[in-house]
Amino acid sequence: MFETLSDRLQGVFQKLRGRGKLSESDVDAALREVRFALLEADVNFKVVRGFLKSLRERAVGAEVLESLTPGQQVVKIVHEELISLLGEPVPLALTGSPPHVIVLVGLQGSGKTTAAGKLALALRKQGQRCLLAAADIYRPAAIDQLQTIGKQIDVPVHAMGTTQSPRTIAEKAVERARDERLGVVIVDTAGRLQIDAEMMAEVREIAEAISPQEVLLVADAMTGQEAVNVAQAFHEQVSVTGLILTKTDGDARGGAALSVRSVTGIPIRFLGSGEKIEPLDPFYPDRLASRILGMGDVLSLIERAEETIDAEQAAAIEKKLRTASFTLEDFVEQLQHIKKMGSLGQIMEMVPGASQFMRNPAMAAAMDERQFARVEAIIYSMTPDERRNPTIIDGSRRRRIAAGSGTSPAEVNQLLGNFRKMQTMMKSLASGKIPSNLTRLFG
Amino acid sequence: MALRELFRPGVRLDEDFWEELEATLIMADVGPYLADELAASAREAIAKTNLDSAADAHGLIEELLVGQLVSGSSQLLTAQPLTTILMVGVNGSGKTTMSAKLAYWLQEQGHTCMLAAADTFRAAAIDQLGIWAERIDVPMIAQQPGSDPGAVVFDALDSALARNVSHLIVDTAGRLHTKSNLMDELRKVQRIVANRVGAPAIETLLVIDAIAGQNVLKQAKIFCESVNVTGIVLTKLDSTARGGSVFSIARELELPIKLVGTGEQLNDMDMFDSVRFVRALLSETVPT
Repeated sequence: MFETLSDRLQGVFQKLRGRGKLSESDVDAALREVRFALLEADVNFKVVRGFLKSLRERAVGAEVLESLTPGQQVVKIVHEELISLLGEPVPLALTGSPPHVIVLVGLQGSGKTTAAGKLALALRKQGQRCLLAAADIYRPAAIDQLQTIGKQIDVPVHAMGTTQSPRTIAEKAVERARDERLGVVIVDTAGRLQIDAEMMAEVREIAEAISPQEVLLVADAMTGQEAVNVAQAFHEQVSVTGLILTKTDGDARGGAALSVRSVTGIPIRFLGSGEKIEPLDPFYPDRLASRILGMGDVLSLIERAEETIDAEQAAAIEKKLRTASFTLEDFVEQLQHIKKMGSLGQIMEMVPGASQFMRNPAMAAAMDERQFARVEAIIYSMTPDERRNPTIIDGSRRRRIAAGSGTSPAEVNQLLGNFRKMQTMMKSLASGKIPSNLTRLFG
Repeated sequence: MALRELFRPGVRLDEDFWEELEATLIMADVGPYLADELAASAREAIAKTNLDSAADAHGLIEELLVGQLVSGSSQLLTAQPLTTILMVGVNGSGKTTMSAKLAYWLQEQGHTCMLAAADTFRAAAIDQLGIWAERIDVPMIAQQPGSDPGAVVFDALDSALARNVSHLIVDTAGRLHTKSNLMDELRKVQRIVANRVGAPAIETLLVIDAIAGQNVLKQAKIFCESVNVTGIVLTKLDSTARGGSVFSIARELELPIKLVGTGEQLNDMDMFDSVRFVRALLSETVPT
């Protein structure tokens, strides 16, 4: 999601590369760009102002290390400041005697109900048994939605229709969890505006009645400047203990999370991605900051890959990548895995330096998800021999493949060309040779 | 922090004022580049006058911003015999609620409506629209969850034409613009309607949440590439968000903003009024 911000910042740092010392004017020029980049990323205006101030203080003056180039110095400072702004990950406080109670709050459409299901799955991975409580009695069919999700993931849902108060529903859910020895109750509340006094009083009442260990604010990654006001108001009313940033599978840069954290101190807990009910992703500040800087996030990639592909398969792929014996057959197989892992662009974003490759039009074309179906069709129209050794594909084979896949020989050619480029890229990535300017920035 | 009027009495048109105007625009989600540009062109325009107080410049600045938003008519399309309105947008923007409100509003104006539950993906989305349909007494065409949205729309068109209703409102599933397969699906839905009643009889409204920030332009671009978006619906304007993100859409995509959503009740909908919108956007600011 942060790809464009990281692109922008990289643009800034490229300008700074190769100069002698970091002068005041250098810093100011960079900060102007950083300011635009952060604002474009929906980081709150005032947060940006504060951020730039501390950046400038650190960047100009005695702190500049002799051993670093100006570019390295600014990258280091921006990175460190972003990390400190994002804060440390804080695990959910599921201590004391069960059932532990978690309440989800937020604006309409932020993704609370979906997040409730995903949170239940994330907790199940930690060995917790959850109960979902359907306390949104206002939005038509919100209860049905939670029940449907509960069924999908096999987690019980406590629903009492729309005639009981949300408070009663929450209280009864906690009682039921106690009776049924369920470890965690996740209360899905109605979406509400932070300026709706009546609705805010209601959510406070719920919180007072069931004393939740955690009150998690669910916020959309694409939220703009108002994120701060929203978070502050919820925080004042119900003492929010954490933030879940949803819809991170989009390309919103998610600056709102930075703002909320920096203004309210509410820790970021999880990231939600995708409409399928899959576990929430954990939040890692350094990875997020690295991603913002375009340094990639190999750790996240490996972690996700491990969960989707089993370790043995992963080792095999890794070896193939390393030795560049990665064939079209492997490629089409990987497409299936990648579909499970998230978009290809998303994966590539996590690989250091990969955003450089993505800007290459040929690479971008190969990586374009929109081409997935066509790519699959072309590869499936090849013989196993051709998939393993594409060099044998001549004009006549090409025509046959094109006919079989409903494409043109030119498209087949294009795929083969892109695949060759990708092999080269995979090889350089796998061998740890981080390409182009990043090496120079950090080397 | 206390709110205050940007154009409060006694404010001179000095450096601080222009900075504050730019900050106000940025905080309203207009975006840093456009805010910078708009503030600069306002400053230029004012420089040509002999105005020297913010209060006096208010009208001119407002006019300038309103001028940015005018692109095409805010009127909804009317086609014979049937107008099909496709509600499209990212998840959680408020399509289902807006579909119901729009149907209600059209009915109040003497039109006859039908709803098509083409969000067959989100859990209980069909039930949600169904409850609205019942409340406003509008027929709804739906199939099983998970069924093909294209098939739902195909059925709905049959039914709408047979029953001779004037408007068919299609509530589509929320989709992030980055999911190309889902964008393809949307294109297919639009094609099905176009094949039946002709492309000019389709109003495709992109529903945008006022709280959303700078990602909105990307969303709008890709939705426009995939389907022929004819207008914007800005929802949740009853929130504290100002919805300034639509400035860049109006400019870069030349799309009119047609409707605004202002709450969860059936009446909470209005035609877009650019003057009112700009006035609200500039109404309050915080000391920078």
